[in-house]
Amino acid sequence: MVMILYFIVFGFLIAAVVGLLLSWLDRKVTARVQYRVGPPLLQPFIDIVKLLGKELLIPKGASKITFLLSPILGIVSIMIVSTLLCLVNIWPQKTFFGDLIVVLYFLVLPSLSIILGGFASCNPLASIGASREMKLVLAYELPFILAILVPVLKSGLTIKVGEILNYQLLNGAIIGSWSGALSFVIILLCTQAKLGLVPFDVAEAETELAGGALIEYSGPALAIFKLMKAMMLFVLPYFMTIMFLGGFNFSGLAFIKSLLGFVGIIVLIVVIRNTNPRLRIDQALRFFWGPMTVLATIAIILASLGL
Amino acid sequence: MSLKLKALLKSPWVFHLCVGGSCNNCDIEILDCLTPRFDIERFGMVLVGSIKHADVLLCTGSLTRKCRPRVEQLYEQAPKPIIVVAVGECALSRGMFMQSYNCPVPLDKVIPVDVYIPGCPPKPEAIIAGVVKAIEKIKASIKEKK
Ligand code: SF4
Repeated sequence: MVMILYFIVFGFLIAAVVGLLLSWLDRKVTARVQYRVGPPLLQPFIDIVKLLGKELLIPKGASKITFLLSPILGIVSIMIVSTLLCLVNIWPQKTFFGDLIVVLYFLVLPSLSIILGGFASCNPLASIGASREMKLVLAYELPFILAILVPVLKSGLTIKVGEILNYQLLNGAIIGSWSGALSFVIILLCTQAKLGLVPFDVAEAETELAGGALIEYSGPALAIFKLMKAMMLFVLPYFMTIMFLGGFNFSGLAFIKSLLGFVGIIVLIVVIRNTNPRLRIDQALRFFWGPMTVLATIAIILASLGL
Repeated sequence: MSLKLKALLKSPWVFHLCVGGSCNNCDIEILDCLTPRFDIERFGMVLVGSIKHADVLLCTGSLTRKCRPRVEQLYEQAPKPIIVVAVGECALSRGMFMQSYNCPVPLDKVIPVDVYIPGCPPKPEAIIAGVVKAIEKIKASIKEKK
């Protein structure tokens, strides 16, 4: 029973509210960079409410069940990640052994749900978007997982998020070491691709694919996808805060420090998004499998040398 | 007013459609509304790439024979409720293409148009004023129903 409560409060309420506020921050900073005023604070909430009230259309020839279930798959998996991460931050010993692997698996599922939805919607543009998303997943997962190995190695080969947090509590944040800083940069760029933001937004490419994999979605299903994206904007930087900055600390001055770290990551993501052009899919693949993978390998070697 | 409608009026997503013979000037004026000077994102309006995401169907240009079935199809595909806005003299009355063999009917004979914005091309101020009119119209029609 208490697990369900955690799931609703940590998984849904906190992630949704903070995520939507962060997506407002994203839009506002983008607008300020372009010398505009930008949307009001409650705009993302209004968008979601509006989409929930619209008509849900299912395209002719689409596979109905997959089409309707894929947004739910995406949002549920991101809710599970959010629950796990919030629990582990408050009670580091509460979760089970190997929860890092579970988190990594569930972080792939939102992209997978977009791919499924795109292929199920029977639209050529959506299919192209979905296939690009698939290539992008293949591209960024390799350096992402290699770079995640650095905190694992640093904290003595543990795959429990709570123990990584405890290690950082005793020895300072992982980002303070050379290998930690290097892998932080790699994870930051992979996060950009996971969120589908500008240098790597090939799958959604408004100007060429007109919305990409989500082109056929309307009404509540689109609202769920938008909410999922907003929640990812909270969950992924939060995951980075836990792995590299020692998580959220709820006591006094340390809280302000961790909050600054968290907001700093978001602002970095938004600034990268606003100062870069879109890469082609082959360039993105080459970028992730070339320089990023080499850097991740170097970070692992540094970490195993103890730097 | 219901929550659903309030939200709709606060975040209208716009799908821009050129229904055939436009000289592109109206389309450029519409893009002007997104620039820092006017910035309609302040009111929650954004341009979307797919009709399935849209709440407002913005039409420019005079309707041609080739485009007529496509316009009808797009109107059917749009998730309801949808507001149709015609921008520019061409979309209103076919403008200078009135006598053309290729423009047999004006747009509002094919799909129901809610708001007309005249001008050749209308200024961005006029377009924003037109959107305000659309919102007022919807509010008024709801009051009448009560
Ligand atoms: S109304 Fe005038 S400016 Fe607009 S498309 Fe027609 S001719 Fe061009």
